[in-house]
Amino acid sequence: MASQGLTGYRRANGTVGIRNYVVILAVDDLSNAAVEGIAALVPGTVAIPHSYGRLQFGEDLELTFRTLIGTGANPNVAAVVVVGIEPSWTDRVADGIAETQKPVERLSIERNGDLNTIAAGARIAARLLQDASEIVRTPVERHEVMMSIKCGESDTTSGLGACPTTSEAVDRTVFAGGTVLFGETTELTGGEHLIANRCVSDPVRDKFMSFFNDYLATVEAQGVDLLGSQPTQGNIRGGLSTIEEKAMGNIAKTGSVPVVDALEPAVAPSVPGLNFMDTSSAAAECITLMAAAGAVIHLFPTGQGNIIGNPIEPVIKITANPLTAATMQEHIDLDVSGLLRREYGLKEAGDRLMEIIDRTINGRLTAAEAIGHKEFVITKLYRSA
Amino acid sequence: MSDELAFLGHEVGDSVAVAVRDVEAGKARVAFLDSEDQVEITTTESILLGHKVALVSIPAETPIIEYGEVIGTSKSDIAVGSLVHVHNIRSNRWQVKA
Repeated sequence: MASQGLTGYRRANGTVGIRNYVVILAVDDLSNAAVEGIAALVPGTVAIPHSYGRLQFGEDLELTFRTLIGTGANPNVAAVVVVGIEPSWTDRVADGIAETQKPVERLSIERNGDLNTIAAGARIAARLLQDASEIVRTPVERHEVMMSIKCGESDTTSGLGACPTTSEAVDRTVFAGGTVLFGETTELTGGEHLIANRCVSDPVRDKFMSFFNDYLATVEAQGVDLLGSQPTQGNIRGGLSTIEEKAMGNIAKTGSVPVVDALEPAVAPSVPGLNFMDTSSAAAECITLMAAAGAVIHLFPTGQGNIIGNPIEPVIKITANPLTAATMQEHIDLDVSGLLRREYGLKEAGDRLMEIIDRTINGRLTAAEAIGHKEFVITKLYRSA
Repeated sequence: MSDELAFLGHEVGDSVAVAVRDVEAGKARVAFLDSEDQVEITTTESILLGHKVALVSIPAETPIIEYGEVIGTSKSDIAVGSLVHVHNIRSNRWQVKA
């Protein structure tokens, strides 16, 4: 039985999406012009260009492949046209996506040129788009809709309002049997003990602390710490003074539920519940990795007004800062600034957020979708060869 | 003083609370997320929306408590009712290297 009349798209591999995109996916930077050319000829498809995919190696290359394959495999995507400069890595990405049993076509540019590739790709994309348009929404359960959370341009109102409101939605989703991803490894600094204490077992706790310590060691290996970068200048303008204070606000959005697993970036969770993922705290990098892990709806608390979106995962913005709500209306989906004035409590704020979540699941465009924010950024672990 | 709520703290016992509007110097009301009780404080300077006020007198080199947790250390004496920010507190984790 479906809960609260939620509807979505059931994919061949059993996963559930809330959008039905046909994606034109670049394997590498060289193929950006071709994917944008195809999408320009077939409006209604979504081009995903990006900056990397050449001469990467080792773990960094594996993460890029995992991110691209995961993006194509995301349940919000109905079908994919993969375009690369040469056939081998193009096949690697296309074959990875094809394991979901969704339609995947591939094109490589060498021995064809951009223009022939665009013409062929546009014909394929138009057919895939027509086919996707016949996929109908069916009833889905809340626990089937994978959620991710990450906050940005935080200030003190985040920790007092927007993050605790998000926390309500995290708890309600997990209590319904759902899966929620959180990350932002360095932004847990000063509160890492609180997350460690919530891990369900010693092995999960060890994995989490290993990710955390490795990330800080990577920062310190550069001979610096993150003072001056964390908190950001935007955070400080909004009243946040230290990384510990920022971390407390960050953690305030993670609900009260246990942390069931700690995942490498862009790895799909295997256990329902609240999963930690080792990610950058930069919004576009983090959400790109979470979408690649299969998340289909994102909750984004903001203080000063981060305007992030994603090409395939709808991003819901929540703010408790009355100045941000008033001056950046076109970016904000839910204003909970009344919490600061104590006009209502967290339960009511949580009810309002759940209503926005449900409407977004059922097809209402988020503010970021309506004005076309589609930030997609691959996390680079080190420089290319 | 304006009768509107001026500051909201996370927990009773915290050494700081957050301005929920731009607050002028003078008497102001403070509420807490974990309590129905409110207290009154006299601010010594104007404090902008989102910035923090000292709820108690804080000597130099003292832990700053918010959310019931340590969020930094005072760099100098901080008088009750004055602004608490990067000019007078520092992180315990990441610090300017000597």
